[in-house]
Amino acid sequence: MSFFSKSPWILHYDASSCNGCDIEVLACLTPLYDVERFGVVNTGNPKHADILLITGSVNERNIDIIENLYRQMPDPKVVVAVGACACSGGIFARAYNIQGGIDKVLPVDVYVPGCAARPESIIDGVIKGIGALEMKRKKSA
Amino acid sequence: MKRTIIPFGPQHPVLPEPLVLDLILEDERVVDAVPTIGYIHRGLEMMVERVEYTEMGFVAERICGICSFMHGMGYCVSLEAIMNVEVPERARWLRIIWAEISRVQSHLLWLGLGADAFGFENLFMHCWRMREEILDIFEKTTGGRIIHSVNRIGGVKRDVSDAELAAIVVKLEELGKAFEKTANVFGKDPSIRHRLSGVGVLSADDARAVDAVGPMARASGVVMDTRLSGTYGYDQVDFEPVTETAGDCLARVVVRMREVQQSIGLVRQAVEKMPKGEGMPLENKPRGNPVGETYTRLEQPRGEVLYYVKANGTKNLERFRARTPTFANIPAMIKLVRGCDLADVPNIILTIDPCISCTER
Repeated sequence: MSFFSKSPWILHYDASSCNGCDIEVLACLTPLYDVERFGVVNTGNPKHADILLITGSVNERNIDIIENLYRQMPDPKVVVAVGACACSGGIFARAYNIQGGIDKVLPVDVYVPGCAARPESIIDGVIKGIGALEMKRKKSA
Repeated sequence: MKRTIIPFGPQHPVLPEPLVLDLILEDERVVDAVPTIGYIHRGLEMMVERVEYTEMGFVAERICGICSFMHGMGYCVSLEAIMNVEVPERARWLRIIWAEISRVQSHLLWLGLGADAFGFENLFMHCWRMREEILDIFEKTTGGRIIHSVNRIGGVKRDVSDAELAAIVVKLEELGKAFEKTANVFGKDPSIRHRLSGVGVLSADDARAVDAVGPMARASGVVMDTRLSGTYGYDQVDFEPVTETAGDCLARVVVRMREVQQSIGLVRQAVEKMPKGEGMPLENKPRGNPVGETYTRLEQPRGEVLYYVKANGTKNLERFRARTPTFANIPAMIKLVRGCDLADVPNIILTIDPCISCTER
């Protein structure tokens, strides 16, 4: 991929993460990693977003919120699960209120491993997400 | 007057975490705020029934990714008290060093988020740039940026060589000097002053009445710092708790800014006072299973945290409970939000330094 046809905008939602991955997502925006140079913008509005970046796993309370956010995003859209908890429930898989990874509710395109996921791997996951987004766009066109 | 209800969260640009408030407004004025919880509840405390006590420390660390070191330390200190394990001296000093460095990290992170909340994005970037240097120190000494896993029941897992410690002190002092410049902006910039001073004032009496803890209480002039109790080696370092008297948002910013410098000083003191040398004992391994119960108090970046641990002689603890500082500060936050302008809500919420994943666990 030599260039992006679109600047991918990101919606970040903290499902039930311990803050570790959320802070690393924010760290991607700051001077050391600075993903904004690739046109990646962290938006608060699901209607502007192309990539849904979810940290943490699904619990009873946030399951509706996650589905709602995904529904509000325009097509084509990509889901990136960041961190061990979002991939499978991680260390909290045995906790009573955790139902499992994000793939229990949403179709996940990219899994980013790590506890906490490092900024480098989050950026890598987003870049892979952009590839998935391009494919989806070509398919729908 | 007709009332409007504005939902705040769970997905909101000002905070990465799902804090949920229903703001009840009359015109632009907030008359009430009703918090809803559970969006980040995992059931961490109940995991003691399924995870052995030796492994629970790693779960406790993940109560919150910002003060992860302190949560791990709190759990280990509690178990050490129950099992009568003496921590080697060098390990105790290393814990103080890591704890104070994580306080610097947490405050820099918060100052950045605070600056972002009042619309000063440049300052946000500067604070987080400095924070990355702290994370480098953590990565070098513990192996992890966010989750460190160096605490063990009875000590710490890794040693840091004396040369490395000296280098850390030099690096931190350089950072402290660079931070002064940023601190000047926070303290002196007229637009920041205009935005924050006089907003969300909590008087000292109110702070005591609603049991505020940590920088929140200290910004209102209440001298309250768990480190003053002198436990876990804090009796061997000299420090004065940082207090301000104004009790407004600006005072809470200033308290945290001064605490960054204070913690850097504490790291320097700890490195000077700790026993030197290679290959010193770092860990006294506990034997058998714990029996008994204990309370532990620690001063986290956000304030006092309280752990209750009860063990019954099996591999699994009977009860593990953490009362985290944000939980204690929520009544103060609700009190401040009542009667403020809608535009001030993000600033007031941010200045209590909320950590929802601590609160709901």
